[in-house]
Amino acid sequence: MIRSEILREIAPILRDQLVICNIGLPSQEMHLIDDQPTNFYMLGTMGLSSSIGLGLALAQDKTVISIDGDGSVLTNLGTLPTIANNVTDNFILLIIDNGSYGSTGDQPTYAGKKTKLENVAMACGCENVITCQDLDTAKVLQAAIDSKRMTIIVVKCDSGNIKLPVITKDPVMIKERFMNAVKA
Amino acid sequence: MSLNKKITDDLVANDISFVTTVPCKQLAGVIEEIEGRDEIFHIPSNKEDEGMGLCAGAFMGGKRPAIIMQNTAIGVTINTLATLIQYYRMPLPMIISYRGELREPVACQVEMAVHTKALLAQMNIPTYHFHHQSDVEELDAILKYTFMCNKPVAILTDANFWGGYGDQ
Repeated sequence: MIRSEILREIAPILRDQLVICNIGLPSQEMHLIDDQPTNFYMLGTMGLSSSIGLGLALAQDKTVISIDGDGSVLTNLGTLPTIANNVTDNFILLIIDNGSYGSTGDQPTYAGKKTKLENVAMACGCENVITCQDLDTAKVLQAAIDSKRMTIIVVKCDSGNIKLPVITKDPVMIKERFMNAVKA
Repeated sequence: MSLNKKITDDLVANDISFVTTVPCKQLAGVIEEIEGRDEIFHIPSNKEDEGMGLCAGAFMGGKRPAIIMQNTAIGVTINTLATLIQYYRMPLPMIISYRGELREPVACQVEMAVHTKALLAQMNIPTYHFHHQSDVEELDAILKYTFMCNKPVAILTDANFWGGYGDQ
């Protein structure tokens, strides 16, 4: 499966949660598949999906899922020790690991070579790291939500993209709509 | 009253309850003060752009955030300031150690100091420079201004403000 197929499959699970959607194609795909007020779309700032999600989870009680990518986690690798050392059980980091920089033309990442992000996360002190195959994502994600434990999920999948439009929504509108959903 | 306590009291009085820090020698005292306050959740960052992501999330979760960092971080965070904090119009007080100014002992610090105000001006970031200890009296008003206008605001605090480095 490629990322857009995974997102389509887990959209019914994500619908009830606060979701930070990573920059580029992941945001565009979530916007196309199931646009929700509970989705925060990152229009810029590669690497910060996990940081925004962790800050949000620490600030309030609802479950937060950060959809991240292997390339984006590599960009902000310092996020993993911060997550490990600031445990908040309403936070799930969902790393879609397709071994490539999908939004920029599928150039290979180091996560697709020798580097295993699940091992990095564990070495950083993350206590609940689950690696799964693309087909199992929905089951693993639902179990993580139900467990009410902070969880890092690394989903191994194929690289590949679908053609889809950019998000033209105003960023302030995205933020306001999302903040209202957080408060609701 | 110490500067560290005054700064922390002003943060608390303005309902700032989520503070991320990347350390600097000049900021050690204020970081220690913040760490010891029950009203503030202190989360150290590994890099300042990561810290701004944490602050953005905390703000959307209903907390008032702040970041404490060195001026070298302006070189790290230009993209995050432009495409996250400014683009989504979020408030962010930035209490910044202004290294490379008068009484600086480390020559390399001057290399970013000479760019600091120019970069902040280029970014249209309201900027205040604390040079004398009495300048701290404006902090309360600056924090209120930040959350009024929903912008990142820079408070540069130099070595003279902090009382110099002692014997070097």
